[in-house]
Amino acid sequence: TRSSTHTQHSYFFSYSLAIRAALLIQRWYRQYVARLEMRRRCTWNIFQSIEYAGEQDQIKLYSFFGFLMDHFTPASSERNLISHIFRENEICRDTEWERYFCYKDIEVPDSYTGPHLTFPMTFCGVSKLVEAFKQKQQLHARYVLQILGETWRLLRILPNINHVSVCQTKEITICGDLHGQLEDLLLIFYKNGLPSSEKPYIFNGDFVDRGKSSLEILLILFGFLLVYPNDLHLNRGNHEDHIVNLRYGFTKEILGKYRVHGKKILKLLQKIFSWLPLATVINDKVLVVHGGISNSTDLNVLKRSQVLSNLQYVSVLRPPKVVHQTLNGNRNEGDNGPAEGRRRVRSLTNHSSALPQRNSLPRRSLQNSSISHQLSSSVEDELKRRRRLAGFDQTYKNANGSDSDSDPDFAEAPELKTFPQIVNLLWSDPMPQNGCISNEVRGGGCYWGPDVTEEVLGRHNLQLLIRSHECKQDGYEFCHNRRVLTIFSASNYYEVGSNRGAYIRMGADLVPHFIQYQASRTCRDLTLRQRYNIQKRSALRALREQLFVHKSDLIRAYREFDPHHTGTISMRHWASATETVLKLGLPWRVLRSQLVSRTHYGMVDYQQWIKELSITEPKLEVILETMYKNHSNLETIFRIIDTDHSGLISLEEFRQTWKLLSSHLKMEISDKAITDLAHSIDFNKDGSIDINEFMEAFRLVDLSAHDQILCGCSSPIPAQK
Amino acid sequence: MAETSETADIQRKIRAAFHVFDHKADNTVDVREVSTIIYSLGCFPTKADIHRFVDEVEEDNMGYVHLDKFLPVMTKVLLENKFPPIPEENLLQAFEVLDKERRGYMEPQELAKYMKSEGETFSQEEMNEMLTALVDEKKNLICYKELISQLTLDLDT
Repeated sequence: TRSSTHTQHSYFFSYSLAIRAALLIQRWYRQYVARLEMRRRCTWNIFQSIEYAGEQDQIKLYSFFGFLMDHFTPASSERNLISHIFRENEICRDTEWERYFCYKDIEVPDSYTGPHLTFPMTFCGVSKLVEAFKQKQQLHARYVLQILGETWRLLRILPNINHVSVCQTKEITICGDLHGQLEDLLLIFYKNGLPSSEKPYIFNGDFVDRGKSSLEILLILFGFLLVYPNDLHLNRGNHEDHIVNLRYGFTKEILGKYRVHGKKILKLLQKIFSWLPLATVINDKVLVVHGGISNSTDLNVLKRSQVLSNLQYVSVLRPPKVVHQTLNGNRNEGDNGPAEGRRRVRSLTNHSSALPQRNSLPRRSLQNSSISHQLSSSVEDELKRRRRLAGFDQTYKNANGSDSDSDPDFAEAPELKTFPQIVNLLWSDPMPQNGCISNEVRGGGCYWGPDVTEEVLGRHNLQLLIRSHECKQDGYEFCHNRRVLTIFSASNYYEVGSNRGAYIRMGADLVPHFIQYQASRTCRDLTLRQRYNIQKRSALRALREQLFVHKSDLIRAYREFDPHHTGTISMRHWASATETVLKLGLPWRVLRSQLVSRTHYGMVDYQQWIKELSITEPKLEVILETMYKNHSNLETIFRIIDTDHSGLISLEEFRQTWKLLSSHLKMEISDKAITDLAHSIDFNKDGSIDINEFMEAFRLVDLSAHDQILCGCSSPIPAQK
Repeated sequence: MAETSETADIQRKIRAAFHVFDHKADNTVDVREVSTIIYSLGCFPTKADIHRFVDEVEEDNMGYVHLDKFLPVMTKVLLENKFPPIPEENLLQAFEVLDKERRGYMEPQELAKYMKSEGETFSQEEMNEMLTALVDEKKNLICYKELISQLTLDLDT
């Protein structure tokens, strides 16, 4: 009938209307999300480029040390400073070290409410430790030194490269960078279970720095390592390095938590880091290493390296020198330098012929799980057995027992071959193009391409490379035709909501399965927009700091576009000049509205803007800008000079430090200016400077400006007194 | 002359947006990022529009797009305003079509039903994200009238 047709028509009409409405809403919403994603990507790029630029500073610091060693002929007063910085000449025997690290005299007071440990460690003991850290308790220094001491002893007999097997009944779990974020480790344990002989784990480096709970993570990992040495595998990361720790927060964390014994703990950790294995191989097919590879990677060299086992590079940022250097920095090309070196080589050769090579140690397979039960109750016996196998005896160690990395000056080149390999293993990043070039961004290691992956994997008969080292938004990422897999386990690494963490489960088929997570509960409840705003704030703050430190260069660059000195330039020129100076590769035009207000004619009033970035009085400006530009380096140097880790340095030491740094940077700063500065910072006028207060003086914090950015105003930062 | 400078300006914008995703700095982007780039330039294409666009510019099914192909096509899109923005009234009307009783709000399940079953459907993940963004926590409703102006404001700040 007519009415039914009409109903049908109106039904179809309203139905198709509904579809069109839905289409419209979908289109609108997708656009909204995409635009937020674009913004998020920009802030991500900011974080990444600043992070990598920071790592570059690390290498600049290293070259500063190198510069001092090579060229500096200090006056007598300065010689002590330098020799202190570089003195690793305490040729101690391990027995002496053991005495130094001994925990036995440290008493645990009755008032201590933290966890008590008994040794040998048991699964129960470590679980209790995990529980205690979850309750935010702190472990007493005595127990810390005890665990670390046991760990050090164990690591000294582990091979440089772990070999593990997975089988039908036992999958392995692989975790990436944790960076002191205990919540992430606890989340992994919650989702995946604690380590045990049924649940083996590989932790792929970078356990420390940046996060607040680096030590707790280490203690947990070492605890499980002591209980399950066959099933808990640690790979060294580039942050398992005491010089990097000085800069990125781990040293600070230890000294803050352990005021009396912190120094000792740090020294012991330094040794432990240098003994960490470099890589793990699963079923002879999957290579797990922290950074990556290079075209010269040769696992057999690293495995066999007897030299490596005794040298144990303390820090990859201070490589061994072939020519013997005296402590005052002069090269002894003639004299007794090389001769002494050759003598050392001879002695090592003599001993080495009596020792079995490291790779003849029995490979530990997960299938020998019956042994691990016995192990858990008699780690000591096992250690003794292995020591005997390795032929280690006290005399040999004494003769070459130095852990000093200035010690091994061999005319032969074995360490010269292995040293760059180690740097590459810990610092390299993959790139999409073929080839292998040095990694300028990080300042260490290389960039390697898919062709290098194929060649190195092929040469070693491997099928997959698992590495970490780079933060990934989803916690993991494949590249190089799925032959390289990056796994990153620190969620919210840059900022709340910035990325998920992930870990891998792998069975006998060697196919990786991923589990992703994000630690902070608050972050899950945030909308996309709120997460983005938090990130944006942090990124902008970091960016404004970068702009501030490059003020003079920026003004110079802007002036080139402003021949008539009007004080304004076009937006296009602003973007181009800013990129030329900062070299961060950021989309400045997109970011412009967040950083700079425009004048009426689409021009940027750069003079006004620069003025508003400034927080200082004119006369100290140059010094402070330079100091701020190097403030992270400066802090590291301060901490090295602050020999008793008291947080105070004398005015004289401050002056000397500044002179050294300024000569390295080729900056002209008068003594008077430095002295004036030192005096102005010595607030209580007692002749010493508190490092922390000094660093605070350079923070660029402008809360009111942040609030403005938050509510969407694009007006410039108000001038601050 | 005016056209040329407008074109030049447009091309600068396109290049800037393109480079945000050009990680290797070789003037290519992953094909999956193309839609984000197009949206970020202020366009409102449908998924079908995007598929057609990608077909035109993708490098032989290699999974990436080169700037040389992207630029002219995108410039044309912007000059001709091929995917114009949705006027607020249209958006409002669209919601009112789905909100048959014209209450001024919708329940989350209602909207989800439409988004996941009609038009260019949302995946569960997209839907979850949309709900987190749009649902008023206290009332557990999507008050679309306020949302429309608020979300537009978000992007302009």
